[in-house]
Amino acid sequence: MNPSLGSSGQALVRPRRGIADYVETALPKVVLGPTLICALIFVYGFILWTAWLSFTESRILPRYDFAGLVQYVALFANDRWWIALKNLGIFGSLFILFCLATGLLLAILLDQRIRAEGFLRSIYLYPMALSFIVTGTAWRWILNPGLGFEHLVRQLGFEHFEFPLIVEPKTSIYAVVIAGAWQSTGFVMALFLAGLRGIDDAIIKAAQVDGAGPIRIYASIVIPSLRPVFFSSLIILAHIAIKSFDLVMALTGGGPGFSSDLPATFMYTFAFNRNQIGLGAASAMMMLMTVMAVIIPMIYSETRRQRHG
Amino acid sequence: MGSLSIRNVVKRFGPVQVLKGISIEAQDGEFLILVGPSGCGKSTLLNMIAGLDTITSGEIAIGGRIVNDLSPKDRDIAMVFQSYALYPNMSVRDNICFGLKIRKVPKEKQDEVVARVAKTLQMEHLLDRMPSQLSGGQRQRVAMGRALARDPMLFLFDEPLSNLDAKLRVEMRTEIKLLHERLKATIVYVTHDQIEAMTLGDRIAVMKEGEVRQLATPQEVYDNPADLFVASFIGSPSMNFIRCPVVAENGGVGVQLHEDAERFVFPAPQAVREGLRPWVGKEVIMGIRPEQITDRSPWSGENPHVVSRSAKVEVVQPTGPDTLMLIHLNGTPVTCRVHPESAPHPGDKMALMFDLSKLIFFDPQSEKRIS
Amino acid sequence: MAEPYRTHAAGPQLIGRTVIYTLLILFALYYLMPLFVMVTTSLKTLDDIRAGNLLALPAQIGFDAWVKAWGTACTGVYCGGLKGNFMNSVSFVVPAVIISTLIGAFNGYVLTMWRFKGSDMLFTGLLIGCFIPFQVVLLPMAQTLGWLGIANSIPGLIFVHVVYGLAFTTLFFRNFYVTVPAELTKAARIDGAGFFTIFWRIILPLSPPIIVVCVIWQFTQIWNDFLFGVVFSSGQRQPITVALNNLVNTTTGVKEYNVDMAAAIIAAIPTLFVYVVAGKYFLRGLTAGAVKG
Repeated sequence: MNPSLGSSGQALVRPRRGIADYVETALPKVVLGPTLICALIFVYGFILWTAWLSFTESRILPRYDFAGLVQYVALFANDRWWIALKNLGIFGSLFILFCLATGLLLAILLDQRIRAEGFLRSIYLYPMALSFIVTGTAWRWILNPGLGFEHLVRQLGFEHFEFPLIVEPKTSIYAVVIAGAWQSTGFVMALFLAGLRGIDDAIIKAAQVDGAGPIRIYASIVIPSLRPVFFSSLIILAHIAIKSFDLVMALTGGGPGFSSDLPATFMYTFAFNRNQIGLGAASAMMMLMTVMAVIIPMIYSETRRQRHG
Repeated sequence: MGSLSIRNVVKRFGPVQVLKGISIEAQDGEFLILVGPSGCGKSTLLNMIAGLDTITSGEIAIGGRIVNDLSPKDRDIAMVFQSYALYPNMSVRDNICFGLKIRKVPKEKQDEVVARVAKTLQMEHLLDRMPSQLSGGQRQRVAMGRALARDPMLFLFDEPLSNLDAKLRVEMRTEIKLLHERLKATIVYVTHDQIEAMTLGDRIAVMKEGEVRQLATPQEVYDNPADLFVASFIGSPSMNFIRCPVVAENGGVGVQLHEDAERFVFPAPQAVREGLRPWVGKEVIMGIRPEQITDRSPWSGENPHVVSRSAKVEVVQPTGPDTLMLIHLNGTPVTCRVHPESAPHPGDKMALMFDLSKLIFFDPQSEKRIS
Repeated sequence: MAEPYRTHAAGPQLIGRTVIYTLLILFALYYLMPLFVMVTTSLKTLDDIRAGNLLALPAQIGFDAWVKAWGTACTGVYCGGLKGNFMNSVSFVVPAVIISTLIGAFNGYVLTMWRFKGSDMLFTGLLIGCFIPFQVVLLPMAQTLGWLGIANSIPGLIFVHVVYGLAFTTLFFRNFYVTVPAELTKAARIDGAGFFTIFWRIILPLSPPIIVVCVIWQFTQIWNDFLFGVVFSSGQRQPITVALNNLVNTTTGVKEYNVDMAAAIIAAIPTLFVYVVAGKYFLRGLTAGAVKG
C-alpha cells in the first residue's frame, strides 16, 4: 500500500468493498423480510382475497367467478344485517360515551392525590386482563332475570322490581353495553390519568394566581389539553366496538334470536355456520371499510400534525 | 501516516445539498477543527469521514487509502461522541476492550492496552465501574480511552464537551490539548463553540451552510476573517460592524463616521489602502473588535495607529476582568472593552482609544473581506 | 398535577374529599362485584344459589363445582372438563408469545438502528395491520391452514397468533429502541461489531423492560383470544376460551351456574395472575400501544 499522500494527485490505493460489507447492508432487509412477507400475504393479500370472495356467489365452497355486487345487495336486503348495524350504532355510541365519561371522571378523582391510588387504579384496570368470554359469562349470570340482579333487588324488598334486560329482544343490546363498558373503562381511565399527569403544573399555577376556581381550571385548561387523549381513546374504543364478537357470543349469543347481533357475529354466523361464504365475506368487507373510515382520518391528521408540528 | 484528504466531497439528502463540495487537506498529527452553527454540515462531514454516512460524490482518503467504500471498522479510525455512547451493560474495562475483543486481540495484549490507556487518562481506579456509576467528566474520559485503545490513524471527536458543565468543559479542553501534544495524533474535532475551536485547533475550518468559509490557523481566522460570517462567529463578544462611506483623505483612504453630532474620519490601515480605493464614494462595512476600543493606558501614545475620540457611553456591563461598554457610531451600537476602574456612569462621555491598525472592511454585497 | 384544588376553608375541603373517596369506593365495589359474584357462586351448591341471591355468601364452601368444571363438565360432545383445553391453550400460547416477541425484537432493532430507504414506510404498512378487523382474514386463513395441513391443530393456532401478533410486538420494540441513542450503534460499528453482535451484546441487555411488557401483553391477548380459537379449531383442540363458551352455552339438562362460574375463573386465572404479579408492566403495555407514532 502506498502510504504517502500528495496534494497533487499522487497514486492512491482504493480498496474494494468486501462480500462481508454487501452482506451487512442486506442483513437488515433480510431480517425484516419474513415479517413484511407475512404482512403482505396474510394481511393485505387476504383482504384482497376476501374482497374477491365478496364479489362471488360462494356458499359452502368458495367460487371465484366474478358475480358483481350481488352479495352486497343481499347483505343490505337482509333484515338481520340492518339489526346488526343498528345495534353497532347503539352499542358503539353508548359504549364509547360511557367509557370516556367514566374514565375521565375516575382519572380526575384519582388525580386528587388519593391515598391508595395505586391500589384503586389496579382495581379499575383488572377487567382488562380478562377475556371477553369470561366477562360475558360473569355478566350473563349477573343479569340473569330469575337468579341474578333482579332477584337480588327483589330480595332486598322491592318485590315488583323487573330487570329482564338481557332476555328481551328490544333491550338485549344494552346488556352488551353494560358488560363492555365495565371491562374497558379502566383502560380509558389509565390513558386519561397519564394525560393529566402530563399537564404542566406551571399553567395551573398561573391560572390560580389569576384567580380561577377549580371548576374553571378544569373546564378551561385541563379538559381542553386532554384533547389528544380523547382522540386516541375514541379511536381505540371505536375499534373495540366494531370488532366486538367475543363479548356478544358469551353474553347473549347474539340473542334472543338475533336481537343483539353485531356485524362481527353476523359475519361469523353466515360465513361459518350458515355456509354463506360470499355473504360473510361481504359483511367482513363492510366491517373493514367502517374501521378504515375511522382510522384513516386519524392517521392522516396525525401525519399532518407531525409534519407541521 | 495519519493524514486526511477530503476532496470535493458533496452530500445530498434527496434534493437537499447538505455539503456543497468540501476540500480539506489535513497533515499528519494536525489538530483540525470543524466549527460552525448547527446545520452547517460539520457533523455530517465527520460521519462521512467515519463511514457512518455515505458520500454522494468526492473522495475521502485516510493515510493514503481512499476510504469511500470501506466500512467504519476498516478505516482505522476511532470516534468520541457527544453523548459518550458507552455500552451501559459493560464495565469501563469491557467498554475499552470491546473493539479489541471483536478483533480477537489476545488477552495479554488487551490487558496491556487497557493498562496503558488507563494510565494515560488516569482512570485506573475506574476500570471496574459501570458507566451509570460515573460522572459526566469520567464518562468522557472513558469514551476517550476507548478511542485511544484502538491506536488509530485518525481520531474523530463529535462535540465531546457539549454535555459537560462550563467548568468541567474548560478542564477537559486542557486535557484534550495535552493528550494531543503527547500522542501527536491526527485529530478532527467538531464543535459549535468558537472558544473550543480557538484554543484547541492547529487549524480551524469555519463552516456555514455546507461550505468551508475559511480554513486557517486560529490567529489568522481571528485577525483576517475571510468574510462577515467568520468575523461575526469567531470572538466573544463579537466583532462590531459599522456601515460607513469610504472617503478620500489626506492622500489616503478612510471611512466617515459620526458619533452623536460629531463627524470624523478614520484612516484605513496601510495594507488595505489600495484595496479600498475603488470604494471611494460607496459604503462598506467596517469591522472593529471590542478590545480595539479601549481606555487610555500609559503606553497608548506609543502606537501611531491609535486615535483618541470621546463618545457617550450608553450601557456599562462589568464582567470582572474588564468592563464592556456600549457606545454608538453611525447609529450602530458598538461594544468596547475598558478597565473596570475607568468605566464611567451610563450617560457620561468618555475619551476612548481606537486602535486603527486592525480595522477590517467588508463588501456589503458579497460580505467578503476587502483586501 | 401535584396539587389538589383547595379552597381556603377547611370545611368545604373536607366535604370535597369525602365525596371523592365515596365515589372512588363505590366504583371500586362496582368493579369488584362481578369477581366477587363469580367466586362466591362457584363455591355454592345449586340449592344455595336458588335459595339465596347474587351477593350472598355461600352457606357452605364447596369445591365440587370446581372439580366438575376441571374434569367432567360437558363442553359440547366431549365431557371431560376444561383441563384438556387448558393444556391446549398453554401449548400454543407459550410458543406463540416467545416467537412473536423474538421476531418483534429483531424487527424493532432493524427499524430503529439499521434504517434503509423505505423502512419507515414499511413500518407504517405493518402498523395498519394492527387495526384491521380480523373478520376479513378468517375465510382465506381457514383455507390456507387447510392447504398447509395445519388446520385444527396446535401448530395452526401458533402460526395464526404469531402472524397477527407481529405488528404489535414490532411496535413495542420499535418504540422502545427509538429511545436508545443511535450513537451507541455507531460506536459499536466503529469498534467493529456487526449486525448480530450489536444486537446480542448491546441492545438485548438493554431490553428486559420492554420484553416483559411485550410478553405480558402477548400472553394476555393470545390466552384471551376467542375468535381465532372458535374459527380455526374444533372439538378437543379448542382453547379454553372456546371450551368455556361451549360449556356455558350448553342447553341440555339443568344449568349449573356454579360450574359455569368455576369454569370462568379457571379460564381467567392465568391472565389474572400475571396481572396481579406484574400489573404495572401490563399498564405500560397498554399505554405504549396507545401512543402510536
